Amino acid sequence: MNLNVTTHARYAVVRPEGRLTASAAPRLKQAMRKLIEEGNPRIVVDLGQTDFIDSSGLGALIGGLKAARLAEGDLRLAAASESVQSVLKLTSLDRVLRDHPTVEAAFGDE
Amino acid sequence: MTRRLILIRVFAVLAVLTGINYLTWRWMESLNWEAWWIAVPLVIAETYSLIDTFLFAATMWRAKERSGPESPPTGTVDVFITTYNEPIAMVMATARAAKNIAYPHQTFVLDDGDRPEMAAAAQAEGLGYITRSADWTDKPRHAKAGNLNNALFETEGEFLLILDADQIPDPLILHRTLGYFADDEQVALVQTPQWFINVDEEDPLGSQAPLFYGPIQQGKDGWNAAFFCGSNAVLRREALMQLGIVGYVRGLQDSTQRTLRAAERLLSREARRNQPIPALHAALKDLRVEVSRARAEVSAGEPIADVTYRLQGQITEASRLLVKNDLDLMAEDLAAIQSIPVQRDSELGTVVIDQVGLDALATRELSPLAAVKSVAALVDALRVDRPDEAQPIQPLATISVTEDMATAMQLHSMGWRSVYHHEILARGLAPEDLQTMLKQRLRWAQGTMQVFLRDNPLVKRGLSTGQRLMYFGTMWSYLAGFAAIVYLCAPVIYLMFGVMPVTAWSGDFFARFLPYFLINQLLFLIVARGIRTWRGQQYSLALFPVWIRACTSSVANVVFKKPLSFVVTRKDGRVGGTLPLREVWPQLTAIAVLIIALITGIIRVLIGTADGTGTLVNTVWVAYSLAALSIIIQALRYKGPAAHAEEAEGAS
Repeated sequence: MNLNVTTHARYAVVRPEGRLTASAAPRLKQAMRKLIEEGNPRIVVDLGQTDFIDSSGLGALIGGLKAARLAEGDLRLAAASESVQSVLKLTSLDRVLRDHPTVEAAFGDE
Repeated sequence: MTRRLILIRVFAVLAVLTGINYLTWRWMESLNWEAWWIAVPLVIAETYSLIDTFLFAATMWRAKERSGPESPPTGTVDVFITTYNEPIAMVMATARAAKNIAYPHQTFVLDDGDRPEMAAAAQAEGLGYITRSADWTDKPRHAKAGNLNNALFETEGEFLLILDADQIPDPLILHRTLGYFADDEQVALVQTPQWFINVDEEDPLGSQAPLFYGPIQQGKDGWNAAFFCGSNAVLRREALMQLGIVGYVRGLQDSTQRTLRAAERLLSREARRNQPIPALHAALKDLRVEVSRARAEVSAGEPIADVTYRLQGQITEASRLLVKNDLDLMAEDLAAIQSIPVQRDSELGTVVIDQVGLDALATRELSPLAAVKSVAALVDALRVDRPDEAQPIQPLATISVTEDMATAMQLHSMGWRSVYHHEILARGLAPEDLQTMLKQRLRWAQGTMQVFLRDNPLVKRGLSTGQRLMYFGTMWSYLAGFAAIVYLCAPVIYLMFGVMPVTAWSGDFFARFLPYFLINQLLFLIVARGIRTWRGQQYSLALFPVWIRACTSSVANVVFKKPLSFVVTRKDGRVGGTLPLREVWPQLTAIAVLIIALITGIIRVLIGTADGTGTLVNTVWVAYSLAALSIIIQALRYKGPAAHAEEAEGAS
């Protein structure tokens, strides 16, 4: 997995590219933790280039959500591919986190 | 189908049919209603046993003997050695053996005791060492399940081999088991037997469970219900993590709904209370409408994180307004009550009031402060991270002190499969004294009953009928303590007082009872195939006080929220000290009473006040009970395997 992190005016974007599995999850968690520590608790996880996600990957997302909320920010998902969407559905995590159509839409005009 | 399985099925059917034949007669024709107080309990106990027979027959119906996986071993593996307070040397012996497992892997010592010596020893061997993270401070620790859950987030292997601190693994343990995961992508668990090296042929504490780690697990395996037993098992990380995610979502749905309902009630109440302050009243009412809307949205399937995020924003905004309102009111109040000093801080530009004034306001009946406080509490309750737990995601089940059974049942309900691989691939240490053994059995039984009460397999969604029966069967067997009391009392009451629970011990009785009894024994023999099962049979009766205590304490725990005192099984030999007579007094009392009854019965026949056949039946019955209970005396006298070996040598 390749991890791409960019910061914008109103939020930061984390883009995991490739397979987000147990071996990659710690790096994603680390990246989100760093963003929050640096004062960017509004995070969009761009899943557009994520080919596959397993439950450990989802675990990292939940960990990020927890950390972001504790820092009075939020974590939002965007642009999930079909395979990622199916995993979200299978684990019913889609009942907790919404998949926004684009990165820009994730925080809307908030 | 093998010849053995055909034979098992024939006898299984016969055992159940002869049982039904006997029990029908018992209920319909043989009850002695004059002595209903013993007759009815006895026939209920016998019905309990017939259901047990049925469940045993069902277990053996599809017994599956696997020869091994077809695929070669693949995947990355973490080996976890769980420890809490076991001696460092013991843990390290296991850890070194784990390091020597032939298949490539990483070994971790999971030290729940957080001992610096343990850390040093593990590091000296180049092994991983994991203790609880800071997240666990002041949170429920969930014993071994918590220890494993903590480690799951610090490691990344696709498969996990779990070993108790005393279970020395065979170098080939992974080679023999990993292939099952490649054979079938839905396999989440491969369990191997637990075998103890510190017990001899005699095994006075009944530690080996050859019937369970053999025919019974193979039987459960046939229904895709092989149990997870906590150690000597390989698990698929993905399956566990999936349990964790699904559990998290379910938990969050429940807690959000609960919180929102409570919020609606609270806001309605606060709005009513604050009617005299129109602005506050209106603000609270508006907020209530928002909460109701949020609840409707969650019910309709809107993502919870979105709904709670928006609602938290609204609540925070409302609180801000309320506080402002409060300050305005305060200023008015303070102006009125000249006695309370109020000043403007020259540097910060804020109002500074002394505590007395604040308290006076806060205790006022219509204080907006009270409303603000309760509303602010709502924000906190709407968190998405399970603030009451160390980890939002808990892959291993925490609803029971025996996390293994609860976890496996959860896996099965989600469509994962399990495998029982019948080959000894790890060798461990059994408790070496009666007290420790009693505590261990109590914990197992309590854990099983907790699962039964919290997550009943008979109604749990996602399980097949066979799986329901296999889980229920184990739970049912722990009710044996109540039946045992009746089985012990009935013959005593007859021998001593001549009170008969049946109308007569006649030809009718023998014609129905003997076939049932004999076929049952035969079925047992066929299933056991030469395995020694007498120890197990003895303890199943002799531990009746343990089974009863397990049932009562887990009901008290689950229904009345009383804590079970959790005990870790000692693996380092005897506790020492005096005989634990206090813990086995019910058994010793039973033995004494049975002997007195036996003597009384014989005397009564000799002086002609008792019936010969009845006395014979009951004497045999008492003799069986005594033979079973006698194991307690043997266990009391047992001084551990070392002493036992010396005694044996001295004798020969």
